[in-house]
Amino acid sequence: MFYREAGDYKTSYVDDSQTFPIALDRRIYMAAAVLAFLVVPFVMTDYLVNAIMMPFLIFAIAALGLNILTGYCGQVSLGTGGFMAVGAYSTYKLMTAFPDLNIFFIVILSGIITAGVGVLFGLPSLRIKGFYLAVATLAAQFFLVWMFNKVGWFYNYSASGQISAPERTVLGQAVTGANAAPWVSYLFCLVFVFALAWLTRNLTRGRIGRSWMAIRDMDIAAEIIGVNPLRTKLSAFAISSFYIGISGSLFFAVYLGAAEVGEAFGIQKSFLVLFMIIIGGLGSIFGSFAGAAFMVLLPVILKLFFADFIGWPTDLVAHLNFIIVGGLIVFFLIVEPHGLAALWRTIKEKLRLWPFPH
Amino acid sequence: MPVELLNTIEVIINGLMTGVLYSLVALGFVLIFKSSGVFNYAQGVMALFAAQTLVGIQTGQVPFAHLINAVTGMHVSKFGFDLPSIIAIILTTLVMIGFAWIVVKVIMVRLVNQEPIILFMATIGLAYFMEGFGDLMWGAELKTLDVGLPSGGSFWIEDVTAQWAVEGENYWGMYVDVLDIWATIIAVFLVAALTIFSQYTKAGTAMRAVADDHQAALSVGISLNKIWIMVWSIAGFVALVAGIMWGAKSGVQFSLSLIALKALPVLMLGGFTSIPGAIVGGLIIGVGEKLFEFWIGVPFLGGATENWFAYVLALLFLVFRPQGLFGEKIIERV
Amino acid sequence: MKLKTLVMAACTTAIVAGPAAADLVFPSLDYRTGPYAANGIPFADGYADYFTLLNQRDGGIGGVEARVLQCETGYNTERGVECYESTKGEGALVYQPLSTGITYQLIPKATADDIPIHSMGYGRTSAANGEVFSHVFNYPANYWQAASGIILDILDRNDGNLEGKKIALVYHNSAYGREPIRTLQELGTQHGFELIELAVDHPGQEQRSQWLQVRRDRPDYVIMWGWGVMNQVAIQEAVNIRYPMDNFYGVWWSGSENDVLPAGEGADGYRSVTFHSVGDDYPIFDDIQEHVVDAGLASGAGDQIGTVLYNRGMYAAMLAAEAARTAQDIHGVAEITPAMMRDGMEALEMTEERMTELGLPGFGPEFSVSCQNHGGPGESAIAEWDYDTQAWSIVTEYRAPDMGVIQPLIDEDSAAYAAENDLPMTRCPAEDEMMMSVEDILAEMRTIGLRLDELADMLEAAQ
Repeated sequence: MFYREAGDYKTSYVDDSQTFPIALDRRIYMAAAVLAFLVVPFVMTDYLVNAIMMPFLIFAIAALGLNILTGYCGQVSLGTGGFMAVGAYSTYKLMTAFPDLNIFFIVILSGIITAGVGVLFGLPSLRIKGFYLAVATLAAQFFLVWMFNKVGWFYNYSASGQISAPERTVLGQAVTGANAAPWVSYLFCLVFVFALAWLTRNLTRGRIGRSWMAIRDMDIAAEIIGVNPLRTKLSAFAISSFYIGISGSLFFAVYLGAAEVGEAFGIQKSFLVLFMIIIGGLGSIFGSFAGAAFMVLLPVILKLFFADFIGWPTDLVAHLNFIIVGGLIVFFLIVEPHGLAALWRTIKEKLRLWPFPH
Repeated sequence: MPVELLNTIEVIINGLMTGVLYSLVALGFVLIFKSSGVFNYAQGVMALFAAQTLVGIQTGQVPFAHLINAVTGMHVSKFGFDLPSIIAIILTTLVMIGFAWIVVKVIMVRLVNQEPIILFMATIGLAYFMEGFGDLMWGAELKTLDVGLPSGGSFWIEDVTAQWAVEGENYWGMYVDVLDIWATIIAVFLVAALTIFSQYTKAGTAMRAVADDHQAALSVGISLNKIWIMVWSIAGFVALVAGIMWGAKSGVQFSLSLIALKALPVLMLGGFTSIPGAIVGGLIIGVGEKLFEFWIGVPFLGGATENWFAYVLALLFLVFRPQGLFGEKIIERV
Repeated sequence: MKLKTLVMAACTTAIVAGPAAADLVFPSLDYRTGPYAANGIPFADGYADYFTLLNQRDGGIGGVEARVLQCETGYNTERGVECYESTKGEGALVYQPLSTGITYQLIPKATADDIPIHSMGYGRTSAANGEVFSHVFNYPANYWQAASGIILDILDRNDGNLEGKKIALVYHNSAYGREPIRTLQELGTQHGFELIELAVDHPGQEQRSQWLQVRRDRPDYVIMWGWGVMNQVAIQEAVNIRYPMDNFYGVWWSGSENDVLPAGEGADGYRSVTFHSVGDDYPIFDDIQEHVVDAGLASGAGDQIGTVLYNRGMYAAMLAAEAARTAQDIHGVAEITPAMMRDGMEALEMTEERMTELGLPGFGPEFSVSCQNHGGPGESAIAEWDYDTQAWSIVTEYRAPDMGVIQPLIDEDSAAYAAENDLPMTRCPAEDEMMMSVEDILAEMRTIGLRLDELADMLEAAQ
C-alpha cells in the first residue's frame, strides 16, 4: 500500500545511491524538513522549545557524533560528557575573548577545538579495543571535568566557577542569553542539526565511511585490504568529537545559558548519549534521532501522565520513571536488539507489502 | 625512621586497604563477565539494592510502604521488629538469589548470543530498573547500616608505630582503620572460598567449563541457565558484602551505586576475566592513586586527582598490555 | 499504540490542567530521587507542609489559597529547566530552585520573565547585590557569610586571636565547594591563620587521602563544605582519626541529621553553621501535626518533621508566604502577580514579633530586605549535634558576619556579572531620592492647597 515500488528502473549510479530511494520516503522527509524549518518555529511555545525541542536537537547532534565513532567505526566511547565540556568551555572562552565574533563561527570553532582534543584521547584506541577502550575513554571524561573545575583560566577566574553565556546575535536576533526568542534558538540549533545530519549521511556512504565500517567489522581484515587503521580511527575520533563539541557548545550557550562542568557534563551525560545511540540503533542516522527523541521525551511523558494526570506524588513518579525506562530498555533489546532504527526498518518492510503480505 | 618515610608507608598501607575495597566491587564484575561475557553495569546498583534490602529487613520496614500509602491511603511504615544482623544477611542473600533467578530467566535467556554491547546495554536497563525499584521498595531516605563491625583507627598499631619515628619527632603513629582490616580479612575469605568452590566442587568445575566455552559446556550436558543463576547469585552476594563495607562508611544511599565507577579502572588493569587480576588491580589502583595524591596531587595540582588518576594509571598499563595484567591474551584471526 | 495513548493522555491533561485562577502558585523544584534524595526529601516536605498548613488553618494567604507545584528535578539541570518551563505558565510566584546549577540557569531566564527567585542559602552569592540582580534574592544568608560565621565562632573560642592557627577546609571539588575559599583567604590574612585547602572529588565516597593529610597536618580546626555522601564519609573519617568533633565545623548543607547519624556516637559535638533554628520545640509544629499530619495531608511520609532540613524547607516557605503577604499589602490586591511578589520580597521585613505570631519565636534572625541588599544581614549561629538526645541545638547567638571582607567580594563579582551581561550597576534609586524632606512635603502641600489636618484625615482614612 505505502512505499510501493515497481521494479528497478534506475539508469545511473547517482539514482542508485540516493539517500531515499523510495518516492514516498523522500516526500515524507522533505515535508518534515519544511515543517521543521517553516512551520514549527511559528507554533513554538517556550515550553516546547526549552523542555523538548532544544534538548532533542542538541542531543541528536551528540548522538550523531557518537554514532560515527561507535556505530560506524566500532570504537565504544564513554567520554562524551567530557568532550561536550570541551565544546562548551571553548565557546565560553571564545565568546568572552572575542565579543565581536559571530556566535555561528564560535560554535564551529569550538567543534574544531574539540576535534583536536578528541584525536588526542583517541590515540589509545590504536592499542586498546572493546570494553577496555570504553573504560579508557572514561579517563578523558574524568580528567577533562577535573581540569575545567580546577584551572581558573577556563572560567575566567570567576568567584562562582560557573560559566554563563552572554548575549550574542545572528542577523540581529539574539541567539544566546535570556532575551533570545524561542524560535530563534530553535532555528539556530536546527540549522546545525540539518547540516550535520546531511554531512553524516554523505560521509558515511563515501570512502571514509566505508573505511570506518571496515574497521568496525574486523580491524585486522581491514588493515590487510589496505585501510590505514591510524588514519581511520583518528579521523573517526576527530569527526565524532567535532559533532560532540558542537553539541556541547550549543548545550551550554543556547540551551542552558549557564553551566558548571561537574553538573552539566558529568559521567551521566556520557551514558545518556550512549543509551541514545544503542536504543536508537548503532550505525544509523535515523537511529540517532529516534534515540535522542526517546530519551528526551520519555521522562516528560511519564511525568505528565503519572504526576499531572493520575496525580501521584512526584517521588513515586520519579521512581517509576526509572523502573519504566529500565524496563523499556530491556524490553526493546529483547524485541529488537538493533534499536528503534531496526524496528522502523521492519515496519517499513511490512508496510511495503501491506495489505497483501504474501 | 624519618617521619616522611613513615608517612609514605602509612599512605601505602591505606592505599592497599582501599584497594581491597575496590577489589570487592570489581570481583562481582569479573565473576559475571567470565562466565557469561556480560559486562554487568548493574553491579554497583546491586550493591546498593542489597544494602537497602539488608537495612530494610533488619529494621523491619514495610516494603513499598510509600506506594501502598499513596494508592490506598493507608499509613504503614514499619512492622515493628528488629532482626539480628546475621538473620538479615541470610534473608538478603536469599533475596539476591531470587533476584538472580529473575534476571537470568527474564533477561539473559532471551539475549543469548547477542553482541557484547547489547548485553551491556541490557544491564544498563537493569541498573535503571533496580535503582527505581530499590527506592520504591525501601524509600530513598538515607539509612544507617550497622551490622556490628568495628571501625575507627587502631590504637595498637598507632602505639607500636609511634616508637619507630626518630627521637624527638612529634609523631602520632600510623593510622589504620579497623574496618579496613576486617574488610581485608573478609575479602581474603571470600576469594579463598570462591577459589575452593570453583576448583574443587562439581558446580565450580561446571562454572569454569561455561566460562571456557559455552558451546562445549552445553554439549557435555551442563545447563547454562543453572550456571548463570549460580553466578549471578554469587555476584549478588559479593555485591552485598561490598554494600555492607561501603555502606558502613557512608550510610546507605544512592551514591553507593557509584562505587562501580571506582571498580572500572581496577577491572581494566586486572583484566575483565581474572579474579586474581581484580585483587592485584585493586591493590595497584588503591596504592597508585593514594601515592599520586600524596606526592604530586596535593602539593602541585590542587588535589582531588584520585578519580581521574586511577583511570590514567590503568590506561598506561593497558597501552603496554591491552588485555589487562591478567586478562586472557587476545588472539585475533581474520 | 501504547505510546500514542500516553501522548493523548498527556495532551488532555495539559488542557485540563490549564491555568487555574484564584490561587497563589508556589512551585517547588525538589528532588526526592537521585544522589541527593536523602537531603531533598525533608526540605520538600517542609516547604509543602507549611503551605498546606496555611490553607487548612487560615484558608490560605490573605484569603487566597496557596498551591504548591511539586516538580521532581533529581538535582539535574535539564530537568530543572523543564520544571521551570512547565510551571511558569501557571502563574508561579517565586522559584526555589534548590540547586545551585539550576539557580544559575534560571537567573537570566526568570529575570527576563519577571519572576523572582529565592535561593536561600545557596545559588549565586553575589546576587545579594540588588543593584545588579533585580529578581534574585538570597536572604537571609549566603556562603561567604557562612564562612565568616564559622570564623567568628572560632574567634570567640580563642578570645579573638587566631594568630598562627591552622584551619583546614575540606571541600567538595566543584563551584559550590570553592565558594568559601576567597572569603577564608581574606579572613586568614586579616586574622593571621593558615588555611589548608583539601579538595574531595565528587561524589566523595573515598576520602582517606584527605583525612590522612588532616591527621598529619593537625589543623586546629576543620571546616567542611560538603554535600551528599561526602558529608557522611567525612564525618565518619574524622571520627575514625579521632579528630575532636567540636573543632569540626560544617556549612549548613553539611549539618543535618542525615550527615551525623551514620557516624553514630563519635559524631557527638560536631558543629554546623546555620541561619535558622533547629528542633521541633515551636508552637507551629503542633499546628502542623494537627492540621496537616493528622489530617493525612502531609507531604511525603510525615516522619521528617523537626529535622534540620525540614525546618529549612518550612522556613523557606514561611519567608515566601510572608513576602506574598507583604506584596498583598503593598499592592492592595489578594491575587498577586509574580512582579508584585518581587516587590513584596524586596520589602520583606522579618521581626521577632511577626515570627512569634506565626508560631516560630526566635526561629531565625530578624532581618529586612531592601532594593540594594537582597541578601539580608547574613547573621548566622552555630548548631551542635548531641548524640545522646539525637538532636541538634543552637549553641550561640546569631552573629553578624564580617561584611568588611564580604561586601567587596560581592561588589566585585556582581560587577563582573553586570559587565558580562551589559546590565546597569545602579538599578535602585539612591536613598536620598526616595526620602522627601519635610520642607518639600510642606511646599508640595502649599502648591496643591492641602491643609495639615486634611492630610491627617486622609492618612487616617487610608489606614
